Amino acid sequence: MTATISPPPEQARPSSGASRRGPGRRLARSWSRHWYAYAMVTPVVVVLATLVAWPLLRGVLLSLTDATTRTIGNPRFGVPDRSRGVGLRHYTEVLGDSQFWTVLLRTVVWTGSCVLLHYGIGLVLAVALNQELRFRGAYQLLLVLPWAVPAFVSTFAWRFLLNTDNGLVNAALAELGLGRPDWLGQSNLVLVAVVAVNVWLGVPFMMVALLGGLQAIPAELYEAAEMDGAGPWQRFRHVTLPGLRPVSATVVLLGTVWTFNMFPVIYLMAGRNEYAQILVTYSYDLFASGQLALAATYGVLILSILVVFAGAYQRALRTAAVT
Amino acid sequence: MPTATRRRPAASLGLHALLITASVIAVLPVAWVLITSVKGGDPFTVAVVQQFTLGHYRDVLAGDFPRWFANSLVVAGGTTVVGVLLAATAGYAVSRFRFPGHRPLMWMFLVTQMFPMAILIAPIYTILVRLGLIDTLPALVLANCTISVPFCAWMLKGYFDTVPVEIDEAGRMDGLTPFGTFWRLVLPLARPGLAVTAFYSFLTAWGEVAYASRFVTSQQRYTLAVGMQSYVGQFTTQWGLLTAASVLVMVPAVAMFYLVQRFLVGGLTAGGTKG
Repeated sequence: MTATISPPPEQARPSSGASRRGPGRRLARSWSRHWYAYAMVTPVVVVLATLVAWPLLRGVLLSLTDATTRTIGNPRFGVPDRSRGVGLRHYTEVLGDSQFWTVLLRTVVWTGSCVLLHYGIGLVLAVALNQELRFRGAYQLLLVLPWAVPAFVSTFAWRFLLNTDNGLVNAALAELGLGRPDWLGQSNLVLVAVVAVNVWLGVPFMMVALLGGLQAIPAELYEAAEMDGAGPWQRFRHVTLPGLRPVSATVVLLGTVWTFNMFPVIYLMAGRNEYAQILVTYSYDLFASGQLALAATYGVLILSILVVFAGAYQRALRTAAVT
Repeated sequence: MPTATRRRPAASLGLHALLITASVIAVLPVAWVLITSVKGGDPFTVAVVQQFTLGHYRDVLAGDFPRWFANSLVVAGGTTVVGVLLAATAGYAVSRFRFPGHRPLMWMFLVTQMFPMAILIAPIYTILVRLGLIDTLPALVLANCTISVPFCAWMLKGYFDTVPVEIDEAGRMDGLTPFGTFWRLVLPLARPGLAVTAFYSFLTAWGEVAYASRFVTSQQRYTLAVGMQSYVGQFTTQWGLLTAASVLVMVPAVAMFYLVQRFLVGGLTAGGTKG
């Protein structure tokens, strides 16, 4: 780092001839003006380059080989790397495989329903908490509890509650004459169960974020709307929702990405149950079973989907803001 | 809040009913774990109190649990220290200076948070094999830094944005260098933000499951998230141990959470709206 902080040679001899014009000169000027900014970001850039960019590049390359835990070798023990390049074979294989599309569809259903429920329930609770009412502080304290508990602990708690024969949920359902559904068994019901648990986990964040957004809407806007004769629903529709827009845009994007990539909830709730696999857990299973190249292929596909989504989302927001 | 004065009793009742129902759903699973952890006999009984016992806690503390707890502390603590130390200057730089490369860097902080661990896990694994770090705790710190460094930089930028620029200007007038301004004036003012960021990154590393389940193989190096899975067997689950361990994990986490929670969301969304 000290090397970066010391003034660059260009700066030391500023008038080294009129020939030093053009891009080189501009670069030198930019450097002398901004060197402290660069020095400050250097550590992070170095870390991101080695821990994220470099592995990312290797991941892309890995997806073009036939690497498995058996073929990559281990230089520590003098076992050579015997993996070979196979070009785009994994991509054509994966995209031609109906399994991929099934898992992708499930991922979309999972992400869509989770984010929709997070946002919907979060908004209802935030609006409720934004009213003047007794025990508001107490309610808020209780409602954020699912966020406070580490996710891996709550998934264990839910497995306990959702136990087919003895769990509290099924005890209640049986009492109501609704039978004892096999929540975590081999059927699509397991998807319902993991969505429910993830909604339980994620609502508090949305609620708190949206409550912050609600409190930032100036009271005068409501007063003005009321003077103009707007009813509660119209005030909600024309004051609250537009006022929440900046916060909503951020939390929905964050929520979508987080949910799309959500690993621990599904892994700890459903393990390898194929009815609950989403792209991330599927890719993880491939990795765990030693199919490194195939896992990397899935990883690249997941990232591409997310980047395309985020780009389209930003664009949609921009067009919505213009109109 | 403008409607409060004229709300009808029925509406108030509905509001309270809604919030009470939601609170019960939020609290019940956690409360049930607490109740079960002190039950003797059948853990599934619907009875709230049954053969009160602290035996499960004794068994948990006598086993590997304390070691796993310590491992988790080391991994999460290490990740937090590295993440916050590295990210603080970068967050300040992107908050204050407009330099060429500013936008790409902000963009990178955002996109890295989109990275699924699925794409990084295989290459990081091969790198760790090469470095001989498989089955060590530093491996987990390194892996967690892929999440915590960009995240901390993003959060801290949001907090530095809230410190008035006049402070920097005053510092520069008094002859401080940009680093001096940052270190002596801005950093102390951003201390609550630093604390929240540190806490958040600690929580993330504390609950990390994917890397921890793969990069560490010996039982005495498990973190809590991995170790507690071993209470859940394929056919039988030691619910007594699991619930007691859960309580021991969540009590400190919840206590800490309530101390800092009102600052949590601000930093996260501030970075996004002021970008």
